Amino acid sequence: MELFVNQVLAGISTGAIYACMALAVVMIYQAIDHLNFAQGEMAMFSTFIAFQLMQWGVPYWWTFPLTLIISFAGGVAIERALFKPLGNAPVLVHVAGFIALFAIINSVAGLTWDWTIKQFPTPFGNAPFLGSQLISTHQAGMIGITFLLLVLLFIFFRFTRVGLAMRAAAALPESAKLVGINVSWMIALGWGMASGIGAIAGILIAPVVFLEPNMMGGVLVYGFASAVLGGLSSPFGAVMGGFLVGVFENLVGTYIPGVGNELKLPIALALIVTVLVLKPGGLFGRVAQQRV
Amino acid sequence: MTVARIASLIALALLIFTPLFLKNFYIFQMTQWMIYAIAVLALNILTGGSGQFSLGQSAFYAVGAYTAAIMMEHMGVNYVFTLPVAGVICFIFGFLFGLPALRLSGIYLALATFALAVAMPQLLKLHFFEHWTGGVQGLVIIKPDPPEFLKSMGLKVSQDMWLYYFTLVVALAIYFASTNLLASRSGRAMMAIRDNQIAANAMGVNVSLYKTLAFGISAGITGVAGALGAIAVAFVAPDSYTINLAIALFLGMVIGGVGWLPGSLAGAAFIVFVPNIAESISKGLSGAVFGVILIIIIFLVPHGARQVAYTAQHLISRIWKSS
Repeated sequence: MELFVNQVLAGISTGAIYACMALAVVMIYQAIDHLNFAQGEMAMFSTFIAFQLMQWGVPYWWTFPLTLIISFAGGVAIERALFKPLGNAPVLVHVAGFIALFAIINSVAGLTWDWTIKQFPTPFGNAPFLGSQLISTHQAGMIGITFLLLVLLFIFFRFTRVGLAMRAAAALPESAKLVGINVSWMIALGWGMASGIGAIAGILIAPVVFLEPNMMGGVLVYGFASAVLGGLSSPFGAVMGGFLVGVFENLVGTYIPGVGNELKLPIALALIVTVLVLKPGGLFGRVAQQRV
Repeated sequence: MTVARIASLIALALLIFTPLFLKNFYIFQMTQWMIYAIAVLALNILTGGSGQFSLGQSAFYAVGAYTAAIMMEHMGVNYVFTLPVAGVICFIFGFLFGLPALRLSGIYLALATFALAVAMPQLLKLHFFEHWTGGVQGLVIIKPDPPEFLKSMGLKVSQDMWLYYFTLVVALAIYFASTNLLASRSGRAMMAIRDNQIAANAMGVNVSLYKTLAFGISAGITGVAGALGAIAVAFVAPDSYTINLAIALFLGMVIGGVGWLPGSLAGAAFIVFVPNIAESISKGLSGAVFGVILIIIIFLVPHGARQVAYTAQHLISRIWKSS
């Protein structure tokens, strides 16, 4: 029993990483109705910007908002420069664009900051949290910030005019235009916010997985999986999905014999696919109905 | 004779005669190009034909490759006979995978197929199958020699050149079969599903049958490509068939033009040659160069080679008429 509880706790602390990333994934999905394959790389790049600012001697609590602003601007700029001109192209072309973006950001970061692994500081410290060896104060802080973000996002999408307009613009662009929403800028705003949330996720994740250009490869896959499991239409679902995936992955590794690190991911993905087959909208999401 | 027919005859002539003037290494690259063209075409049937998205093509490719390798190495089967077997096995595999995929669409289907692509290399590495698959090491195959009768006719044909023509014949056969398939009743049923599933259903199209069938056919053709790939490279290993291969095939389809089968050739050329070009422009930034080339292409021609071909056809027929 103690082993079980410990593994669940360890799972929750890795799950916090996935939950963070999943929030960014849901954010972009709310804005553009697709998944952005370059999201992880954008978050990685933001984290490197934070790293660079700190190298230049900017204190941590100044770096944080500065990185957020830069990332937000970067996200908006990418949308304006790359994806707005592609507006009318088919969805698959957009996906190809994401892949191109992925390759470019990854390669530029590798050349600028080289491929070695770097330490990244944490504001919360790495002491055991409440006497538990399995969750450090950093991970506890991460879970706290994830939930804070979740609440903020919930309020934003539910109660503010901009948030509502953004959901409308993503769901039914034509009708949204008719009621006077500037759909094009809503999409840009969505990109900016997704990039900002990605930056927060990156800064929180980097002390755990260490900073390097490929740090987000695995995390993004789990982030996608968590978001899809929880339901892409629901930020709450995405966070829950993150924790569920983290816990499940840990339990599989512990209790099923012969499952090494290599098979954890395939099994986690297989479970998610099974869930999706039974519940196509994800655990907390709603199935979108299509008009004929 | 229409412009399109003349263009395809020229292309065919080029494909037949160019290797006669090339070194073995370039012939090998052309073989790779043909093989990827087959795999891109297979994805085109699935996505362009029936509207289902797949990031799992690398898994079917891997199954085809391992089928061929295991049959040649462990059972001593002639390489020619491994192709139909790889095709059938992958067809069954794809058809079965298509069943749960029926309930998924769009992003969810992408994730499910992605899961398949991620799992495949790990499954091939499993200790349990190691006797057959060679585990992490993979399997080395003996590259087939050109048949004896060519030598007795006094023709000097290298291994690479023989494999190229062998691949070309298979590719042409698959191409004609696929165009006929898409023009047939089944093909039209698939396209109806792609355009509007509910309407297709209302018209009496058996949606589940044709969707799974599309998955099966696509997987089968990909399997044949995988088998050819294994024979041409003379080596299979789990890490050759990662998600990167599936992404490359997807890019090939987009560059060639979704739903336009001849475009597969252009798309495959992109994924075989552009990474090399990017590498030669800048070693450190090859990823960025590749990305920029990709972005330039999708900016100039969002519909890929299809758009280029249509524009060219228009231009030529206009010049024709005015002269």
